[in-house]
Amino acid sequence: MTNRANQIAGAAQAAPAKSRRRGRGFDRQAAIVALLFAAPAFIMYAAFVLVPLGMSVFYSLQRWDGIGKMRFVGLNNYLIVLTDSDLLQVIGNAFLLAAWFTLIPVVLGLAVAAAIREHLGGPFGTVTRTILFLPQVIPLVAAGIAWSWMFANSGVVNQTLRGIGLEALARGWLGDFTFALPAVGIIGAWVLLGLCTMLLVTGITKIDPSLYEAARLDGAGAWDEFLYITLPGLRQELGVCVTVTVIAALASFDIVYIATGGGPGIQTTVPGLEIYRLAFAHRQVGLASALAIFLMVLVLVCVLPIQWLTRVRR
Amino acid sequence: MKLRHLNAAGLAVLTAAALTGTAMAAPTCGADPVVMNAYFETGFPLPSKLAEEFTRQFPNVTFDIKEDQFANMMENSPRILSEDNAPDLIRLPSMSDLVANELLANLDGYFTDFGWDKFPPSQLIQLRVEEGGRPRGAGSLWAMGLNYSMTGVFYNKELAAKIGMTEAPKTLAELDALMQKAKDAGIVPIMQFNKGTGGLAFPLQDLMGSYGPPEPINDWIFQKDGATINTEANVKAAEHLENWVKSGYFAADTNAIEYFQMMSRFTGGEGLFMFNGDWESGNLDKNFAGKFGFFLMPPVEAGGRHAAMSAPLTFGIGAKAANKDCAAFFLDWVATNEQARKINVEVGGSNPGGPADLPIPAVTPGSVTEATLAAGNVVATENGAMDFIANATGAIFAAGWTPELQKLVGGVQTGKGLIEAVQAEYEKELSR
Repeated sequence: MTNRANQIAGAAQAAPAKSRRRGRGFDRQAAIVALLFAAPAFIMYAAFVLVPLGMSVFYSLQRWDGIGKMRFVGLNNYLIVLTDSDLLQVIGNAFLLAAWFTLIPVVLGLAVAAAIREHLGGPFGTVTRTILFLPQVIPLVAAGIAWSWMFANSGVVNQTLRGIGLEALARGWLGDFTFALPAVGIIGAWVLLGLCTMLLVTGITKIDPSLYEAARLDGAGAWDEFLYITLPGLRQELGVCVTVTVIAALASFDIVYIATGGGPGIQTTVPGLEIYRLAFAHRQVGLASALAIFLMVLVLVCVLPIQWLTRVRR
Repeated sequence: MKLRHLNAAGLAVLTAAALTGTAMAAPTCGADPVVMNAYFETGFPLPSKLAEEFTRQFPNVTFDIKEDQFANMMENSPRILSEDNAPDLIRLPSMSDLVANELLANLDGYFTDFGWDKFPPSQLIQLRVEEGGRPRGAGSLWAMGLNYSMTGVFYNKELAAKIGMTEAPKTLAELDALMQKAKDAGIVPIMQFNKGTGGLAFPLQDLMGSYGPPEPINDWIFQKDGATINTEANVKAAEHLENWVKSGYFAADTNAIEYFQMMSRFTGGEGLFMFNGDWESGNLDKNFAGKFGFFLMPPVEAGGRHAAMSAPLTFGIGAKAANKDCAAFFLDWVATNEQARKINVEVGGSNPGGPADLPIPAVTPGSVTEATLAAGNVVATENGAMDFIANATGAIFAAGWTPELQKLVGGVQTGKGLIEAVQAEYEKELSR
């Protein structure tokens, strides 16, 4: 009996140990399988993001023309980025552009989403969504060229102004020191409006209609509904919109390159364009890399608080 | 033993050359099939036309031509020249960086072989660079010009007649007066581009040539020690340009006009004058015969020296190119072959250069090309050629002249401030 009891007790003790051994082996196997699944994506990510990022950091510490010998200069390139008045203006331009790229699409997108909320299922909602989303499927270069024509001396903007007797206001918008940056901002806003509207319209469908019904029963007006139901309900979508548009502005290149080339002066030059020029036209690969790293940090500094502010707290 | 054999062989060749009384044979393309790897600029048909004619005359030589925009060439040429299969012939936007990085073939040997010493030395001076990339204007020869272009003032004959302009102005004051007359008549006096790249650099450099001698400007462009663009004459020139802006002589949207828009609007009849180069002469003669004329920028005082931006259409040979000899033979052929010179003038509209004793091919009397070629002779006689101020450093056009000229047009920069800002940028770039 005692032996039998001991055997049972021994078996009982051995079973979990055996199970643990089998469990550890299974875990290891599962981990290897998981790693194998992740490996292709990780290899691509490493090849196209991590390695170039590491190389950019390395180049940013060198003085190099892209062909000849490199010379280590420590943090000197970063010092230039932070002290050169032209580069500081270029960074400032990106923030001004961010205001145009973000405010107009988000505000208009919200207005449109709130306005068509009740007609989303009908043909009006479908047509509106399609029209507003169209700019999103047009290549940025094509948008830049088309808007350059519209803003030109004989373009539709000046034609309209002349047509309504405001000839004194007609000008070469993209070459004007005061209006070039707002003009570029309008192009970007036009492109991004579709994306924001689509996101916000999709978000608005998730809000429980009974909330609006209850609010109306309590005597709430359209503005109150928007302020207390729509806006809080779209918190996450707004976060995505602001994040995407801020990044589009800070890292913009195509629209600016096509529409103004950064001019007049450096009035519309943005970091993305300056990085390209420094690296390929001025052959200052080190300084260009330092500005690129600085831009990356800048984007993170701007985007992370937006993400934190707009996340849904549970 | 081997050394003695070699010495003996060399002596035999030298003796044979001495006995026949000729120089050793210059390189050729030989008789075997050759495919020339060529990298040309998009939008300018001249090099391709010359290549076609070359293949017609030398059927064993064909061309594999790749074309790219000038701005892309500025960015890509070092990378392309550093590859193993470097171009045999390449349009060079600038040379200093390429020489510094040993990417171009040194042409000194060909200079001797082909007798390029018969070319006027001033023709090749811009193509010489010291080892290390600076200064330019001296040292070894690293490139040749397919032709030699020059800037001046094109004018619309119909609009000129409207304001009573019967002959080219002889002084700067006369030119100013014509501009004022045009403005009073509701005609845009100057159609000029200034978007993307600073097209006002053309009138500015012409004004610099009116106010002062070209030598200090060339010294600055060639990066000679102590050279500065901030001279009294150049400041006066920039202030004169500022006055043109303030007087409303340029189109109101000049900062929004690109090169091709300028050409379209000028040839469409908008604007009395356009500051541009003779590379447009062929185009104007072919498509707008009899409608446009050309004159050199007049000096401040009547009878004064004429000066103009005059630069070669620079072509080099890659240091790693496979067919260097054939490429050099092509460059010599372009400057000396009768048919090539004819194509050069008809298609390119510029002076074909070459030995001083070779005649310039005949052109249509009264054409723009005739006027620009004649103007080229005046500049050569008066030794008034200047390289383009945008060529001083690799980035001075993009980082200095263009933004500052745009600011001048926008009314946020003065003539004096422009010159000072460009000099500061120049010093910053040379200090790197």
